[in-house]
Amino acid sequence: MLAHEMTSEVVASTGWFLEHAWLIPVIPAIAFVLIIFFGKKMPMKGSELGVLSMLSSLVFSGGAAWQWIQRVNSVVDGAHEAVVEGAHHAAPYVQPVIHEWTWWQSGGFHFGIGHHIDGLALTLLVVVAFISSLVQIYSLEYLRGDRRYTHFFAALTLFSAGMLCMVLAPNMVQLILGWEIMGLCSFMLIGHWWEEEANSRAALKAFFTVRVGDMGLLIGTAILFFSANNWTQKNLGVSGFNISGLSAWAMSGEASQSALTWGAVALFIACIGKSGQFPLHTWLPDAMAGPTPVSSLLHSSTMVVAGVFLVARLYPIFWEGMKIGDTNINFIVLIGGITIVIAALLAFVQHDIKKVLAYSTVSQLGYMMMGLGAGAWLPAVFHIFTHAFFKACLFLSAGSVSHSGSHHSFDMKKDMGGLAKKMPITATTWIISTLALAGVFPLAGFFSKDEIIDNVGYGGYNAFMIVGLTGAFLTAAYMTRATYLTFFGEARGAAAGIHHDAHDAHDAHAAVDTHNSHDTHVVDSHDAHADHGPHESPKLITVPLMILAALALTAGLSNATPFGESWERFKKYVEPGSEYVMVGSETADEHGAADEHGAEVVEIAAASMSVASEEKVTKEGCAVVAPEAGMVCYFPTVSHAPFKWSKAALSLIIVALGLVSSWLFCVQYYTRRNKRLVGLTERNKVLRGGYTFLWNKYYLDELYEKVIVRSIAHPIAKAAYWVNQNILDGIVNGAGKVSRRLAGWVYRNIDQRVVDGAVNGSGAAARGTGGALRPVQSGKVNQYGALLFSAAAIGALILVIINT
Amino acid sequence: MLTTQFLLLGAVLFCIGVYGVLARKNAVMVLMSIELILNSVNINLLAFSVRHGSVDGNTFALYVIAIAAAEVGVGLAMVLLIYRNRRTIALDDLSEMKG
Amino acid sequence: MDVLRESNWVLSVGTFLPLVGVIVMLFIPKADEQLHKLVALVTALATLGVGFFTLTQFDFDQAGKLQFFAETEWIKVISSNYTIGLDGMSLPLYFLSMVVTVLVMVYSWNHIPSPGNAKAFLILMLILQTGMAGTFVAQDLILFFVFFELVLLPMYFMIGVWGGEDRQYASLKFFLYTMFGSALMLVGFIALFYQVRGALPEGVEPSFSIPQLAEYGGLIGRSAQIWIFGGMFIGFAVKVPMFPFHTWLPDAHTQAPTQGSVILAAILLKLGTYGFVRIAIPILPEAAKEWAPWIGLLAVIGIIYGALGCLAQTDMKRLIAFSSVAHMGFVMLGISTLTPMGFNAAIFGMVAHGLITGMLFFVAGSVKDRYHTLEIARLGGMLKQMPRLGWILGFCAMASLGLPGLAGFWGEFPAILSAYSPAAGLSEVTFRVYMVIAALGTVLAAAYLLWLFQRIAFGEPKPEFAGESHDDHGHGEHSHDDHGSDIHDVNVFEWIAWTPFLLAIVVFGVYPQLMFKIIDPAVQVALKAFGG
Repeated sequence: MLAHEMTSEVVASTGWFLEHAWLIPVIPAIAFVLIIFFGKKMPMKGSELGVLSMLSSLVFSGGAAWQWIQRVNSVVDGAHEAVVEGAHHAAPYVQPVIHEWTWWQSGGFHFGIGHHIDGLALTLLVVVAFISSLVQIYSLEYLRGDRRYTHFFAALTLFSAGMLCMVLAPNMVQLILGWEIMGLCSFMLIGHWWEEEANSRAALKAFFTVRVGDMGLLIGTAILFFSANNWTQKNLGVSGFNISGLSAWAMSGEASQSALTWGAVALFIACIGKSGQFPLHTWLPDAMAGPTPVSSLLHSSTMVVAGVFLVARLYPIFWEGMKIGDTNINFIVLIGGITIVIAALLAFVQHDIKKVLAYSTVSQLGYMMMGLGAGAWLPAVFHIFTHAFFKACLFLSAGSVSHSGSHHSFDMKKDMGGLAKKMPITATTWIISTLALAGVFPLAGFFSKDEIIDNVGYGGYNAFMIVGLTGAFLTAAYMTRATYLTFFGEARGAAAGIHHDAHDAHDAHAAVDTHNSHDTHVVDSHDAHADHGPHESPKLITVPLMILAALALTAGLSNATPFGESWERFKKYVEPGSEYVMVGSETADEHGAADEHGAEVVEIAAASMSVASEEKVTKEGCAVVAPEAGMVCYFPTVSHAPFKWSKAALSLIIVALGLVSSWLFCVQYYTRRNKRLVGLTERNKVLRGGYTFLWNKYYLDELYEKVIVRSIAHPIAKAAYWVNQNILDGIVNGAGKVSRRLAGWVYRNIDQRVVDGAVNGSGAAARGTGGALRPVQSGKVNQYGALLFSAAAIGALILVIINT
Repeated sequence: MLTTQFLLLGAVLFCIGVYGVLARKNAVMVLMSIELILNSVNINLLAFSVRHGSVDGNTFALYVIAIAAAEVGVGLAMVLLIYRNRRTIALDDLSEMKG
Repeated sequence: MDVLRESNWVLSVGTFLPLVGVIVMLFIPKADEQLHKLVALVTALATLGVGFFTLTQFDFDQAGKLQFFAETEWIKVISSNYTIGLDGMSLPLYFLSMVVTVLVMVYSWNHIPSPGNAKAFLILMLILQTGMAGTFVAQDLILFFVFFELVLLPMYFMIGVWGGEDRQYASLKFFLYTMFGSALMLVGFIALFYQVRGALPEGVEPSFSIPQLAEYGGLIGRSAQIWIFGGMFIGFAVKVPMFPFHTWLPDAHTQAPTQGSVILAAILLKLGTYGFVRIAIPILPEAAKEWAPWIGLLAVIGIIYGALGCLAQTDMKRLIAFSSVAHMGFVMLGISTLTPMGFNAAIFGMVAHGLITGMLFFVAGSVKDRYHTLEIARLGGMLKQMPRLGWILGFCAMASLGLPGLAGFWGEFPAILSAYSPAAGLSEVTFRVYMVIAALGTVLAAAYLLWLFQRIAFGEPKPEFAGESHDDHGHGEHSHDDHGSDIHDVNVFEWIAWTPFLLAIVVFGVYPQLMFKIIDPAVQVALKAFGG
């Protein structure tokens, strides 16, 4: 695409990968179809198709990212040359690469499908393609011998197609398409082992809870479409679904505030559901019923960030709708803040390692939301990027532990402990990722999470900065606990080689299967575990772990604010510029001719660099003043907190406190428990004694725990968990029950009696009348005659009366 | 006027006919009563025809006579058939049309 | 009214060709079942061939015009003509009726329901086909009425003879209910004719022609319009069926044989909604505006009510039947907005619902064949015993709950969308409330469909059926097994009959423009009176 040239000779470069980015989701989509139809006949049961498609998507995304970087460079360098005076001006807006083809039409308007490539989309594309590839490779080993091996890869591939399709959506309808496909795959994958009711119930719960949020997506899209369509058609020649159109409309100052607010609230409800924010987060921990690679891909690193992505994608809508720049509390930041704390507290009381990670994910998503709500767009997006690596790594490590260390158990208290010696690689990757998650300098999490906290404070949201710091402390503490329980201390249960079957989910699958010859393999491998005890996982599992751990170490450097501006690559390449852009005449694009439907290829050709000559507007970016006629802007001017070591030191100290105190506690609590047990039991014997002894011990242990881990944490966590299980879950269940009962009642009493009764009643009435008249038809001629003549007589009488 | 007497005669015949249709059980008697009714109508028609000085009534009376003949023919044939099948022509026994 | 008269014989042939098959079949002895099936199938295929020819000849750039238009004197005394034509609104439904008939014929090859008598069954089906196709091409009210009623009789016999245990009751209810509606509708038609005749300008011959009435219908007085619309409303609403006129539907569906249910869901219900978009609303725009909020209200009540009804069901087929009430609620909501987007959504929704719910009834029929019960509590673990059938059920459930990428979405989403901004003169607040309620309906739809899918397909098979699974899932071997004493996966006839449905659901879901492109121009013509 050629930028409209004004005074300067700046041409935004483009490239094959950028122009053909639509191939990125199409490849896995095709692979999905192939796996479904031919997967079972392939030598590797279709998994090779999945892995290959993901790798090629990764190559395409990588190529596009490379060309995008060049494009940004070409624009930025050009802009620098073009600036005559060194006056401060807004960051240049690099035109996204957009292609749309007609997908459907209504009322004469054409609506498109296509791609919209910019820094944000590319970040997600690369992350999704990358993590998907690794997870699929990992699954080759992890699910080896599963009875629905092919189905699993098909669903994973379809998921990636859906997510990629959503990420590069140029309009809301395509975004909804990808969004819902992800929901479907989430349903299929959580319920992968649907023989057990708990799994299928979790799958149902996940789909249903997210679907409740999706109401908001439909309604929000409707509100925004009808409010924006006239403006976008007039000014940009695109529909009110178009994402850049919506952004420009929101920033134009001509948008109705109520439409913006309602639209933003409705869309945010969808984000709450999808990204597991309070109070709709309850589905996410249950979703851990799915296989671990699924938890790693869908429920931590990619799918659940879709909600965050939506907010980041339509940021101007939320910016204006929620007044992010003007207030110091709004809906998004509030929900994000609550989520951080609620989820982090819950992570303390879990026995299941995956549930700890699940609550941790919820909490980290809360960080992203809080960041977006407080105007920290870039740190939030960067946190999506870094979080994907270390959280995926944590989940895959947990999977590796259960696969090779704890005999398919995820119970940290029962079946783990002391695994660090037996599984050195897994333990190392886990610990690196844990430190990255906790935000230890210079690992990935530090650069993103700390930036969020910093910017939240800088944006004036002081209370939420404290929430963020509290969250950082909690994160460090609960992750230390999980690490200690899994890898240190004494070996317990399966980790110690003790074989107990009751919890073993995989055995059940093997036992019920009679069709699949691979199950013998599973049984064999189980026996092998029983024989050899815990051991390191094979290469197909450890290599992805190591790659992810390496990224958890280094990914943060891609936007290392502390080291100066030259390290802030994300800021340069991902954050959209907030300058005003001239609405150009729609330049005919070379691809327009290729569009066989002859419909418009929506190309917002704009004078990217024209701004340099416009003295007036170069001074300030968007959202400071409304753009002038003929100018639009696509992104608000967000502020960036200047980095200060003093602030970073504070948060680092808090993190260190969390790590150390939690570690000390764990050592005291878990390893030296025997010593303390004696002391406590003696005291308790006096008080209670007898059978409740054990129970009392546990109770006091919890009390003890409270003293160590900031005494109040535990009761609140308990309360939160109680609220979570009883009130929030109870409302969901209760609503289900009530509506079932109501439905039953309505059906029985109204449908079957009243409405149906009226119909049946008219039939009965006709029958009754017939029955009453029956005796008249006696079959006797004389009676008929009598009737005839009497009727005639009466008729005559009436005639006579009338005529006289 | 003479026509009044004719009309009176017609009325009397009609009443006799009606009585016969209602009270008689024998199908042949009922048929004969119907004949009486038809003929009472004929008399009425002729009386009015004379009174109005037109021939319409005469024409109608001729029609009625023809139809009455056909009716008696068909009716008697039916009675004969019923008699053959059931050995009775009492109308009370013939209530197959009961609803 | 713009019309294209080229090759105007096509529609007549397409409509009446099935009757030729009927005549042939009348001369074949009843015992020769195979021959009957063959003749019926060939007839249906030939009809479909004509349908394809129609598709190729259809001028897609002028989809807003009536094409293949033919007009001949028919019943002069009542000024009724044989007027037929096809535009973008009726083409998808017309073609769908042909496709569905063929596929149902294929399915019938080894699924003639219980009292047998293939001859009568297939003849009825062919007559049904004529009635359905005729309704969609008729451009004359009396002709429309004749075809509309022609459909009733075969369906009545299909339910009454080949139905389940309670078939007498169900068929009678179906017949009486729709007849009642039709009677009022006919009164409406006649009143309309006289009213328009009174208002016609000099020199215009009065007739029952729909294009002509649409042109001059606006001349009628307002209150007369409202009354006439009321009559038509009852007639069409019963057929749709809208709450509270829906109670015939669950019974009819539950008792009807599989083929009957499929045709009922796929085509017959659409006669009602088609009546709204073709006749009631374009001819009587003033009244439509007056009625629209009430239609919308009943539509959203139907959405929620149908979903609640579904949740209370214990029988799979009855559940699917109730889901039709909810889905037709979305269609009617789209229609009630009186906007092009709503109409487009409604027509797309009709076709999508026909494909998806038709397919669901097919699956229900096959489940019944295998387990001899449709009680949800007794079923379970279907994915284990019949993975293919189970996944087809899952696919249809997903399509039915409006998953984007499958056809159902394009009926549901734009309908919700259109309710945000109804036609000028309608209350925005009212319709926005409807929009929120309808969006709630999508959540409930997910609830009942996934709940159904979870209980039927997931888990372990129930003990009473657990031992009956066959090890080989080969299709075809069991094709002659009418007794279904064993539980086997999808057989070859089912595959042939279902594949086009499944394909169409995906194709229209992925590339909806295929249909929107045809519908949109026609809809804009139909909504001329609203400035759309």
